Parts: sequence; structure tokens; C-alpha cells
Amino acid sequence: MRKLGLAGVAAATLVLWGSAAMAQTTLRIGLAEDPDVLDPTLARTYVGRIVFASLCDKLFDIDDKLNIIPQLALSHETSEDGKTVTIKLRPGVKFHDGEVMGADAVKASLERHMTMQGSFRKPELAAVDKIEVADATTVRLVLKNPFSPLIAQLADRAGMILSPKATQEAGDKFGLKPVCAGPFKFVERVQQDRIVLDKFTDYWNAANVHIDRIVFRPVVESTVRLASLKSGSLDLIERALATDLKEIRADPKLKLATQIEIGYQGLTLNLANGDAGRNGPFGKDPRVRQALEAAIDRKALSDVVFNGEVLPGNQWVSPKSPYFQQKFPVPGRDIVKAKKLLADAGMTAPVVVDFMVPNNPESRQAAEVLQAMAAEAGFDLKIRVTEFATSLKEAEEGRFQAFFLAWSGRVDPDGNSYIFHRCKAPQNNGLYCDKDVDQWLDDSRKVSKLEERKAIYEKIADKFLKEGSIIYLYHRLVIIAHSAKLEGYTQLPDGLVRVVGVKLKP
Amino acid sequence: MAVLSVPRVELAEESPGARAWRRLLKRKSAVLGLVVIVLFVLMAIFAPLITLYDPAQQSWTSIRKPPSFAHWFGTDESGRDLFSRVIFGTRASLLAGAVSITIALSLGVPIGLLAGYGGRWIDALVSRITDAMLAIPFLILAIALAAFLGPSLRNAMIAIGLTATPVFVRLTRGQVMAVKVEDYVEAARAVGNPPARIAFKHILPNILPALIVQATISIATAIIAEASLSFLGLGQQPPAPSWGSMLNTAQRFLTNAPWMAIWPGLAIFLVVLSFNILGDGLRDALDPRER
Amino acid sequence: MLLFLGKRLLQLIPTLFFVSVIIFGLQQLLPGDPALAMAGEERDPAVLEQIRQQYRLDQPIYAQYLHWVGGVLSGDLGESMRLKEPVLTLIAQKFPVTLQLALMAIVISLTIGVTAGIISAVKRDTPIDYAVNIVALWGISTPNFWLGIMLIFLFSVHLGWLPASGYVGPFEDFWLSLQTTILPAFVLGNSFAAVLMRHTRSAMLQAMNSDYVRTARAKGLAERVVVLKHALRNALTPVVTLGALELGTLLSGAVLTEQVFSIPGFGKLIVDSVFNRDYQVVQGVTLVTATTYIVLNLLADIAYVLINPRLRS
Repeated sequence: MRKLGLAGVAAATLVLWGSAAMAQTTLRIGLAEDPDVLDPTLARTYVGRIVFASLCDKLFDIDDKLNIIPQLALSHETSEDGKTVTIKLRPGVKFHDGEVMGADAVKASLERHMTMQGSFRKPELAAVDKIEVADATTVRLVLKNPFSPLIAQLADRAGMILSPKATQEAGDKFGLKPVCAGPFKFVERVQQDRIVLDKFTDYWNAANVHIDRIVFRPVVESTVRLASLKSGSLDLIERALATDLKEIRADPKLKLATQIEIGYQGLTLNLANGDAGRNGPFGKDPRVRQALEAAIDRKALSDVVFNGEVLPGNQWVSPKSPYFQQKFPVPGRDIVKAKKLLADAGMTAPVVVDFMVPNNPESRQAAEVLQAMAAEAGFDLKIRVTEFATSLKEAEEGRFQAFFLAWSGRVDPDGNSYIFHRCKAPQNNGLYCDKDVDQWLDDSRKVSKLEERKAIYEKIADKFLKEGSIIYLYHRLVIIAHSAKLEGYTQLPDGLVRVVGVKLKP
Repeated sequence: MAVLSVPRVELAEESPGARAWRRLLKRKSAVLGLVVIVLFVLMAIFAPLITLYDPAQQSWTSIRKPPSFAHWFGTDESGRDLFSRVIFGTRASLLAGAVSITIALSLGVPIGLLAGYGGRWIDALVSRITDAMLAIPFLILAIALAAFLGPSLRNAMIAIGLTATPVFVRLTRGQVMAVKVEDYVEAARAVGNPPARIAFKHILPNILPALIVQATISIATAIIAEASLSFLGLGQQPPAPSWGSMLNTAQRFLTNAPWMAIWPGLAIFLVVLSFNILGDGLRDALDPRER
Repeated sequence: MLLFLGKRLLQLIPTLFFVSVIIFGLQQLLPGDPALAMAGEERDPAVLEQIRQQYRLDQPIYAQYLHWVGGVLSGDLGESMRLKEPVLTLIAQKFPVTLQLALMAIVISLTIGVTAGIISAVKRDTPIDYAVNIVALWGISTPNFWLGIMLIFLFSVHLGWLPASGYVGPFEDFWLSLQTTILPAFVLGNSFAAVLMRHTRSAMLQAMNSDYVRTARAKGLAERVVVLKHALRNALTPVVTLGALELGTLLSGAVLTEQVFSIPGFGKLIVDSVFNRDYQVVQGVTLVTATTYIVLNLLADIAYVLINPRLRS
């Protein structure tokens, strides 16, 4: 029986207080961080995307199998040579300010993403040469070269369409009062406190929106976030901890929605970046990397740190992805092989490794477990807990030898590999460089059929998994916990919270 | 010149140190505090002898086990024995307290003496810088310094020491100001002692009591500061134990493994409480106004 | 008096100058590149270059410093790189929150501290005295973040009496506002309560043994009333001066407490900005809070002189 404490009464009071009409439903969502600027062109955080899911619709969205489905656009068609993409838009879509969305608005938004100063979407749309308006509901993208991951990019922030009137008036201050075409419109934001969105009555799919208001609150401490959910001051929280799953499952007032992520947790190794790389343990002989991988027991890592709730993996896509190469299954631990590889490579134990670890409890614990495992093979992983901003710089300048780095993942597998595998790519901090792999990566972007791309990726995997700069460890569980009063919520692997179709019982 | 010769009369009077000690012992709470501190120091020194397990030894089959005969305090999230980790963690905390305050004293006292005795301009300069440092929230300074130096116990101690220095500068300066008009200082000056000598030989011993009291209380603050920095990930690096980082980890498991949090929290509380009580007792014992 | 005031006000200038230098210098010392920190996962060299230019990060340090100081003197504290809001707007948003917490903390400290001090003095050397002493000292002996978490678990999860996190303003919903701030205010206030307890206790003891009281006793006045009046007047000096200092400290934001309770005050803003290398925010907010602290310090000294007529000469 629910204990109606003062919190319950207060929460009810707040709901009544905040609503003009009777029976207004407010969904209070707890985020793990405060989002950055609410401008899709300038945004760069994962939590920002969660807010955008309710605020700004995109040309396309995904379903639970990661297929592209229509949202603001109805269909897409790529020409034979792959250089022209024709997109048919949904008619009758309105922006939050009442303006109608036509091909002009789409062209304006995409051009803003491509050209505005400080835009983080530029590299995502780098393949687009120009945008043409074919008619009021058709847009044509002319590409510089074939680029099959383009549609997936349009299913993310690069495909978010903004009201041209608002962008013209506000310029780079658009993020302070964003105007888009999503199911909810922006009401107010108090930095680090809350973001409030109200139902947009003219939404193209308004019939399926049953929530009147959403309040996002950043609650950094995961313990406090869960406590807030349990005590009723929040209705849904993201990033609950794997070690809290048992408790949540045991609570009849709470429900779980989980999915294996599209990203991964990996160990980036410095092969050639700076002194630490060139003269480091991994720079000379690929057998050292293989030895380290052989020393790791991914299943035990999952069991000890995450109660078995993460999925061990060894590739940049999870075993659940259609792009997973069955030819290279997830290996188990083999200490004998590890020691032998190390000896064959001419290294004598202990092999000291400067191990950079992000500053959060789960990463720290995982790092300690890895340290213990690797020690048995002869590695001495010296853990150096580094906070986020510093670690980025250290990684870029090569001041690390191993880096416990996760990637949030992109719908298209290209988003999980190109910027990490290609020579001199921005996220390739280990400085892995192989001309064949570069060629294959470029080839994979020219074709769009799954089988064809998968075949090319197999060649890349064959090389990279043996000598590459990343050891893929596991794929984390997206864990959304919510009140049992929330009905109809399903979780997609990208981790975003989609509110359309969800009902909140009083 | 006729020199006044005063006959040396041997008074049956105890030295100030012995008197202070006697008065301290009269206060039961202060004695208790001292005893607890000594106990913790002994625990830190003899840690390997009184623990059965290596504090870094993981055991993946005994994760988060409650206290039992095999593990007196239970085990943590990686199966490590909590009793060992708490005992070994004493080293980090006591070291953090002692070293950081030593740094603060070594820097703060000379600078304070300089400010108090060195002339108006130096005083003004030092005082303004000290005021500026004291106006900035201590934790912000410590976080920035620790981030700059790199995360490690050693750098956390340096960061805490540096941020605690202004307190001692100000205290020393204040004491010097109060004391420099006293007769014995005037006398020393009249005889021709150089300022440095006066500062260290005559003034310093007389302001020692106030410094000792403040140092004791500052150690308590330093230990909490180390726990706070470890809580933010800027202190002792894993897998070496530190009470602060143990508390940070224990947060996630409060409902299913509360013993992970109870023992380090209790340890911090006892040590800090003891230093505070001892500081109080010292203040009363060294107070020249009381009998 | 005026001379004293004037001298102290003049001293503000070099002090603030040093504050600005220290906080600016510390930012520059911090390892890491703010443009990179802002970019997070979306690193692209061309975009990063643009950001650096836009925020003058590619200019020499003294140029950046002068530009910042120039802005401050003309009322512009800069803009947050991460949030694109002017620093002054952020300060205006956070200040009421921090102020509310600070005032509540002081009220709680006074209530608990003075009461405990009186009880402790009256029941001197009895178990009650020791118990009150321990409880008061407990306040300064427990890390704030720890105390906060324990209180959340007790009052939110187990008892369900109070919300676990977040902040509601008093004008939005007064009752709920009290509920969201009572726990963090208690955490912030309990260490000052301990300090107040000690001062009240010694003031009480002094009062109870003074000639003044003996005379009053002889005159037949109610002892308790006289003792209380006399003691509280004694205690007034340290309470007021320490209280002003404590207010200054509290207004600088309680970093860890705000983190644990998710209160959007100065502390949280500064820490998040340090970790995100949002220089302008750290510099601007720290300058404002440091100025507040120094001014309160000055007020405390003035109050001390005013209350203590002996010091006026």
C-alpha cells in the first residue's frame, strides 16, 4: 500500500497548482546531467538529445530494430550513383510558433546546421554539397560523394527542423527559447534546475500525446535520483545503476524499461600518439594488445561490476546488431595464451601501463577489476582517475597508454567506427593507421545495402580486432526506471525517452 | 656600564609545557580524544599486523557480504575485506591531515611572522593576498589545485595544505601583532637582536599555544577535506583505500550493503571528533587566563 | 569610525584585484581545453578552432584577463560557453536559492546552537552536558555530503516525509519549498550550530558566575531571567560577528551539499563550470561571491566595534 506521506500530498499540490485546467498530467523526468544549450545545431550532450526527443522532431526516427521510420519526412530515395537523396516531407506540419513547415524551412534548417558558426553538426553533414527545393514538400540533397550513413544522421540532431522565423530572429540565442516541431513546446528553463515543456496542440500526431506537461530535472547523484523516483518526486529517471536493478524490480510501485545500448564500453590503447604511445607497451607489437585482451574475462567483469546486466562484446556493434560479425565471436579468458603472447612479444612482466579512467564509480570499479585480471598475465595497470575535461585533452595529446572510454553510439555502424578507425580521424586518439582499413571505410560509405556493407566491415574487423587501438569490452544496458503509473512506455536502444503514446495514471 | 644582575632564584615552578600537559590531563574528554587519536595512529602504523587480508585483494565470489566471522566489517563491491580497507585507509586520512597542516604551518607561520613583524608594506601585501584567498570558497580552490596538480593523494595533500595556509598566516600575524608590544620583545629589540631572530626565538615560542590549538582543529578540517576531494575523485587513487572514496562507492549500495558505508563514515567521525575535542581541550589548557 | 570604514573600503580594491588574479590564474592552470570540453563527443578540428576564436581562447593570457576585467568594470561578466546565457543572468537565477538556504541554515544554527549552549551550561558536567557536547561536535565532525546522503535515506526513502532532491522556490509553493530546503539547510547549519553552542555555553558560564548575577541574586530578581539576559548579551558579540562571516561563507555556495541534494545554487554552478572549463562562469560567480564575503566581513568588523564600546577607542 502506498504510504501517502507529506511528499505525496505535496506532489499532488504541485500538480494541481501548476495546472490551469483540471486533471492536467505532468511527467517529471530525472536526468543524470544538466543539458547544454537547447539548440540542435550547437548541442553536444547525450541528455540534450533526451530533451530534444520531446521538443524537436526530426526528419526520420528509428524503431526498436534500428530501422529508419518516418517522422517529419515520409520517405527517402537515393539515386543510382548515390549522390542525390530525395526526401518527401509530411504535409501540414506546424512549428510551435504556428508557422507551417515546408521544403524551404527544411532547407533553411539543414543549411543552418551546415554553415552556422560553432555548429557541431557540420562534420555530420559534411558530405552534403547543396540542398534544393523540388516543390513545397520535396527536398533534394545533392552530395559531394555517396554517403550511405546520411539518412541515419537525419534521424538525429542533424535532421531536426527548426522554425526559420525563430532562427532568423534569435540567431545563436535560439537555444534560450527554442521553437521546433516536436510534440511539446518550450515553456521555460532554469539552468541546472528544470526544463518545462507543454503539450503542443497542433502537433501532427497530437492524438497520441496524452501528457500535458513535461518537467526535466537534472539530478546528478544516481542514489538521489533513484530516491526521488521511489519517494514520488520524479516519475521517470534515466541511467539507473545496474546494481540497483534488483531493488527496482522488487518494488511494486516501479517498472523497468531496458535495452542494450547502441554504443559500447572499450579500452582505447595508445599505439603511436606522443611519447607514451610510441615508446609504450602497445606501440610495437600487436601481440601485447592481444595478450591484454586474452587476460580479460568479460563475463566476470559484467558479473562483478554490473550484476551480469551488461552484454559482453568484442566489436563496435553489439551482438544484437545485424552488423555483428558472427565469424568473430566474443572470446573468453585465456591466461596461458596471454602469458605466452606477452613472452613471444619479448616483454617481461610487469608491463606497466598508464591507465586513464573517467571519474565515476562504475568506471572506477571496472578499472580495478581489469587491473586485477591483467595482473595475472603480467600487466601492471596503474589507474589514474581523471575528470572529464582533463581526460579529453590528455587523450588528444597522447598522455595515456590505456583509456577506459565509452562511446554513446550512433544508429549507423559507420558512426561507431569511421571516426575511431580512420587515420587521423578526430576521435582516433590511439593513432591507429592502416591504409587498407581507410579504403574499406570509404568503400562502406558508398554502398547502402546491409549485406554489402557488412561484408566490407568483416574485412575491417578481421584486421582491427587483432591489431587495432580499441579493445571492445561490453555494451551497457540503457536502464530507464519509472513509476508504475506510467503506461505504454517502451525503450529504444538509443537511450532516448519518447513520450508519444505514453499515459500517466493519476 | 653597570649591568643589573638579578640573582637566579630557582623557583619550584614547572615549565609552561608541563603545566599545559597537567591541565590537559585534567579534562577527561580531551584525554579521551588524545587516546583515540593515538589508537588510530597505532592502527595506521601496525596495519599489516592487525589485518588478515590485503586491502586490494579482490574476491569475486564474496561480493558485498555482510559482517561475519571471516570478514568482521563485511566485504565491498569487489569482494575486498572492509576491515582491512578501513584500517589501511587510516593511513591516507591521518597522513592527509598531518602533511597538509604541516605544509600550511611551514608556509603560513613564516609568512605570518613576516607580515606581523616586517613592516607596513609587506603586511599590507600579505594581508590583502590572504584576504583574497580566504574570500574564495575553500573547496573551489582545492578542486582547482588538485585538478591542476593531477589526482593523487600527494597532490590532494598539497592542495589542502595550500588552501589552509591563509588561516595560519592570519592567525600568526594576529598573534604577532598582539605580542610584539610586550616587554620581552621590546627588551630583545633594545639589546639589538635582528628582527628575524626576535621573530623566531622570542615571538614564536609565545604564540605557539594558539598555533597548536588551531593546528589540531585544522587537522580535523583537513581530514574532512581529503574525504571530500576523494568523494569527487581527486584524492587517493584506486585501488588504494581512502575513507572518502570508500564513502563515494558505498553510496550506490546503501540499501543493499549499508555496512560499506557505516565503517568508513564512523572512522571519519571518530577521528575528526577526537581532534576537535583535543583541540578544545588544548585551548582550555593553554589559555593563560585560566588557572 | 569613519576613518576605519574608509580605510577598510580602500583595502577592498587590492583584495578584489588579487581575487580576480587568483581565480583567473587558477582557471588557466587547469589542464584541459575548454573548447574540447565543450565539444564533448562531437570533436571536429574546424569547429573547435571556431569556438576558440569566438571566446578569445587563442589570445595571450594577459589579453584575456584585461578583456575580462574591462568587462567586469562596465558591468558585463561574460557569457557561459556551455549554456550561452550571460553570467549575470545565471547569478540572478541562483542567488535567491543560495540566499534562502543560507538564511535557513543560520536560523537552524541559532535555534539549535543557542538552545544547546544554554542547556549545556545549565547542566554543566552532567551526562546531559556531555551528550549535548558530543551531538554538537558531531555536526562539525561529519562530512556534509555524507550527512546529506544519510538524511535523504532516512527522511525520503524510509519515512517518505520529504522529497529526495530538487528545489522549489518559496513563491511558487511555500510549503513544498520548505520541504525541499529543510534537509540541506540542516546539513549546512549544523556545523555553525556547534560553534554557536560553544560560544553560548561559555557566555552562559561566565554570566552564571559573575558578580552582576550575584548582585542581582542578592536583590532578589529571578535568577534565570538575569542570567539569560546577561549571558545572551555576552554571547551577542561572537554570534553577530561569526554569524556575518558564516553568512558570507554560506552565500558562496555549498558545493557538496548542493550536489547531493540537486539544489541549483552557486556551489553547484561553480563546480559544474570548473569541471566543464566554463571559465567565464567560474570567474564571474567567484568574483561576486568573494565580494559578498569581503563586504560581510567588513560589516562583521563594524558590528564588533559597535557592539563592543570598549574597542571604539
